[in-house]
Amino acid sequence: MFEILTKEMLTPIICRMKVFAPRLAAAAQPGQFLIVRADEKGERIPLTISDFNRKEGTVTIVTQKIGASSADIIAYEPGECFADVVGPLGLASEFVEMAPEQLKQQRYILIAGGLGTAPVYPQAKWLKEHGVPVDVIIGAKTKDLLIYTEEMRDVCDNLFICTDDGSEGFKGMGTNMLEHVVAEGHKYTQAVIIGPMIMMKFTTLTCKKLGIPAIVSLNTLMVDGTGMCGACRVSVGGKTRFACVEGPEFDGYEVDFDEAMRRQGQYKAEEAAANEHHVCKIGRGK
Amino acid sequence: MANRIPRVAVREQDPKVRATNFEEVCYGYNRDEAMLEASRCLHCKNPRCVNACPVNIQIPEFIAKVNEGDIEGAAAIIAADSSLPAVCGRVCPQETQCEGSCVLGVKGEPVAIGKLERFVADYMHLGDAAGSEAPVSASERPAIPLEGVQGMEKHDNAPANGVKVAVVGSGPAGLACASDLAKWGYDVTIFEALHKAGGVLEYGIPEFRLPKDKVLKHEIEEVKRLGVKIETDVIIGKTVTIDSLMDEEGFKAVFIGSGAGLPKFMNIPGENLCGVFSANEFLTRNNLMKAWREDYLTPIHAGKKVCVVGGGNVAMDAARTALRLGAEVHIIYRRTEAELPARKEEVHHAIEEGIIFDMLTNPVEVIGDEKGWVKSLKCIRMELGEPDESGRRSPVPVEGSEFEIETETVIMALGTSPNPMISRSTAGLETNRRGCLVADEKGATTRPGVFAGGDAVTGAATVILAMGAGRTAAKAIDDYIKAQS
Repeated sequence: MFEILTKEMLTPIICRMKVFAPRLAAAAQPGQFLIVRADEKGERIPLTISDFNRKEGTVTIVTQKIGASSADIIAYEPGECFADVVGPLGLASEFVEMAPEQLKQQRYILIAGGLGTAPVYPQAKWLKEHGVPVDVIIGAKTKDLLIYTEEMRDVCDNLFICTDDGSEGFKGMGTNMLEHVVAEGHKYTQAVIIGPMIMMKFTTLTCKKLGIPAIVSLNTLMVDGTGMCGACRVSVGGKTRFACVEGPEFDGYEVDFDEAMRRQGQYKAEEAAANEHHVCKIGRGK
Repeated sequence: MANRIPRVAVREQDPKVRATNFEEVCYGYNRDEAMLEASRCLHCKNPRCVNACPVNIQIPEFIAKVNEGDIEGAAAIIAADSSLPAVCGRVCPQETQCEGSCVLGVKGEPVAIGKLERFVADYMHLGDAAGSEAPVSASERPAIPLEGVQGMEKHDNAPANGVKVAVVGSGPAGLACASDLAKWGYDVTIFEALHKAGGVLEYGIPEFRLPKDKVLKHEIEEVKRLGVKIETDVIIGKTVTIDSLMDEEGFKAVFIGSGAGLPKFMNIPGENLCGVFSANEFLTRNNLMKAWREDYLTPIHAGKKVCVVGGGNVAMDAARTALRLGAEVHIIYRRTEAELPARKEEVHHAIEEGIIFDMLTNPVEVIGDEKGWVKSLKCIRMELGEPDESGRRSPVPVEGSEFEIETETVIMALGTSPNPMISRSTAGLETNRRGCLVADEKGATTRPGVFAGGDAVTGAATVILAMGAGRTAAKAIDDYIKAQS
């Protein structure tokens, strides 16, 4: 059992929790994710690791209320335990494995959309700690949905905030913000984009236009997270890859986002039915 | 010597009824039926059945006890060699092993060794309810208090020796290895990547063949009662490494029984369309995550029509699961029924339940609709050519014979390969071309102190072979540790 130590609502629907999982905390690296199963009847939900503290033995997760399963996770209170928290899963970010001399030549721009801001945080933190220049763009629909703005300020060189409605920071989307920042003279060797699939698709296109290599982190469907089920398969450069073990980060230029978006919605009909009312699944096809 | 009593038929759920539920297909023998069947054993001087059993259960001895009505005595004999009799009695391919070598089988029908093994295990756990037809659904079934089980409370373990051994994976290989080591006094911890112990027995084999709460849970509790600790949610190669287990946590030896968990796909166009699943995904959702039950949150998609590609036991399991979820199900297989690698009993059950077998058929493309969902499966007719190295006649496509089968879902059941997570994170651990760990006949890998067995070494095989490999490695680990001190 994995105890929840702290819980804060960052927005009315986004929740941050610190969970005691010492084995996981000891092994976690930026870019990796974990899987939570709240209770016996819950789904296995892949979530990004938004921070880890090896000394305390804790990992931090950020969840947004979307369906029945994420609502279940958010309903937990400090002192209660999740049935399962397992990881770290997937590969660490590319820079973690980079040689110091190669790392020194890099200038990173991390572009976060909505909930994707949470996993961007440990990446910025790692880069900052290793003395690598790093700027961050945080984008959200509106001011109330912005998260991690204060925390992020401490772990990057320049923080740019944008909202679709202009309620805070630059008025526009992450793509507009990026073009603006580059037009102002900022130069980058590598972009990392984390956010909703559609945001990653368009931000990758902007990066391509600006000639900045782009890495994206794919939040695909998963069951086990260890390469067993294949629910997470994505086409990257025309080849099928498993996001859980070969990702979650891939070269954005090569990802087939349209397919990835379709695959992400594969169980929408089943989930809608389950949310509305309980239906017996036996014989449902007839 | 003639045996006049015919093999006692085993009672099964009516095919039409069971096609709509997840209750176990086979009821098993009750005490009277088991004793009658046991009386058929000839007690050969040199019992071929024992040699044909990968864990060498003393079959004529346990059957003699059943014949006398001493079921507890029979259980004790089986327990000396097998830690999972209720599982093996259900899922072993007895027809090619113990029963396949039974002398009675030469002229008539062999002794129903598997069904007897199952009865003994069930009886120890359920008492006179073993073999009953009472329909108790998994959700209503009361938990059986382990204390109430007779004869199995005490295990005569050797005194604890304080030596720590780690076992990776709680499937059949790991459970068998851990059980033996615990009996010999070792301090054994099993590390399981998923949230539940059992490996393929939990995520792969469906409830209607191997009931989880009634049978599997109990057998795993038995292993724990030997003193084996099971730590779930630990992925070796990710959460911790083999190196840290040995260098930092003080494990003197490691057994890797991590199975063959990676699904294969055909690499044909359209395989990433929505509605194409690996059998692993489909079965894991249904079995481990209990998606068939309305009170569990994990979704599953079968739809009105399902094509399952492949002809092994996993294909049968996926097909019969989809059928129970309400679909019309076709098995698409490139050879003929005679070459189906699945157990005869499974094929027979599938046919009885109404699965449609499209033989000599091979998919060439999955065709999608405008929304990216499967619309049909484009196949080509096959014919059998010359025998290949496996001795089976290899299928050859009939040119120009392509046709489309309309379908909502395609499930790929083409086999699995070992997960590279451990080999990639452990220095000195060699794998072969197929990604299987290299190990000698005793289970020793290329790294001292690290042993392996089961599907991780052989590629996808059977539960009982994995158990056999686990036991062999346990012996090798015992020898290795004794040689160290």
